[in-house]
Amino acid sequence: MRIHVTVNGTEREVDVVESSTLLDFVRDDLHLTGTKECCDLGECGACTLLVDGRAINSCLMLAAEVDGGEITTIEGLSKNGKLSPLQDAFLAKGAVQCGFCIPGQVMAAHHLLQRNPHPTLDEVKEGLSGNLCRCGGYVQICEAVLAASEAS
Amino acid sequence: MPREQVSWLPPDSPLFSYARPSTLAEALALLERHGDGANLLAGGTDLVVELRNRSRRPEVVIDLKRVAEIQPAITNTGRSLTITAATSMTDVQENEHVGAHFPALVDAAATVGSIQIRNRATLAGNICHASPAADTAPALLVYDATVNLASARGTRTLELEGFFVGPRHTALQVGEIVTSIELPLPRERRAAQFARITRRRGVDLATINLCCMVEAGGRTRFAYGAVGPRPFVVADETGVLADPSASDGAKDEALRGLIARANPISDVRGSREYRAAMLLVMSRRALRACIEKLRAA
Repeated sequence: MRIHVTVNGTEREVDVVESSTLLDFVRDDLHLTGTKECCDLGECGACTLLVDGRAINSCLMLAAEVDGGEITTIEGLSKNGKLSPLQDAFLAKGAVQCGFCIPGQVMAAHHLLQRNPHPTLDEVKEGLSGNLCRCGGYVQICEAVLAASEAS
Repeated sequence: MPREQVSWLPPDSPLFSYARPSTLAEALALLERHGDGANLLAGGTDLVVELRNRSRRPEVVIDLKRVAEIQPAITNTGRSLTITAATSMTDVQENEHVGAHFPALVDAAATVGSIQIRNRATLAGNICHASPAADTAPALLVYDATVNLASARGTRTLELEGFFVGPRHTALQVGEIVTSIELPLPRERRAAQFARITRRRGVDLATINLCCMVEAGGRTRFAYGAVGPRPFVVADETGVLADPSASDGAKDEALRGLIARANPISDVRGSREYRAAMLLVMSRRALRACIEKLRAA
């Protein structure tokens, strides 16, 4: 079926397989491979992106469901080739180890900071509780989110 | 060795078709036509997993989120709060009416999955999935929730406790859709407390969950989840639990009587014995919290 969707600010008219997940659509059809596929169960958060401003697991949505809506992926955070302050904070704090979970972590943190620009450490932990990091870099990840919130 | 075939998506041939009705009549007509071959989609956080692992193989997935009658809305009718079937956990958590009159439901909704899950998962879906451990069930039960259903043959309303039939099994019949959940507004002062044990903080299924409610008039009720095939509600008929002059021993005896109906299983989240022991501990704590809240109010 044909859907109309705004992807990182650009309106698109695209065909989707009706049974395709949003995750498969974003990676395989839009070739936005920053969004990662991992558990496919909604437990790890690697596939987190924003739909109409809300962080969601794209493995738990059908692509058809975003018809008429707006999605923001990790590729949509940088502007004119420049990383966002949140992304910079992840690098500055050494929060990126193997990196696989990071797009999801950043999107969840981005959503958190939009709703709560100055979270406490506990609020950061809750905000990122749907994102697993297999390297165990949680301390630095939380530090990065707090640093980004202090800089804003 | 070739990788096991896990692809569920031959790109050109959809495994099911997707329908997006805009009215309830349209949705019911689709459901009538496809019967068992249709699966209803609201938040999708349970359904899409099952579509993907092929434990469900519908002909058609009917997306209810744009059905005018059940689009996300929480309405205060003056006598009750109506929460439509497409309303997400996040919407429930953030709604001022729910916060004012049903705070334990806010606490329960806030424990479901992660933020990403709660932004999609619906309250109605949590009930329809009918997990014995559904985190919103105990709060909904002590708040006397009813479930509004519609089919091509008409509408009916069920008490939530009767809606739960067994694990993953509800009173929904083929052709029926849950349109909303209704919560009667309180008629007297009361306090409720949700409680839950999990193995880790955040994103885990409940080992046990419960909700206690104490009314100013002296009635105490508990609803319990994950300790039987379906969530259930029990009432303290003796009045001893809310009685400030009753001894701890007398209260424990009354609590033991209430939790006797629990019949927990042993699984990865805890043994039968652990669940039974924690049921008493958590019940005591929830009861105390309710009494303190009532006193403070």
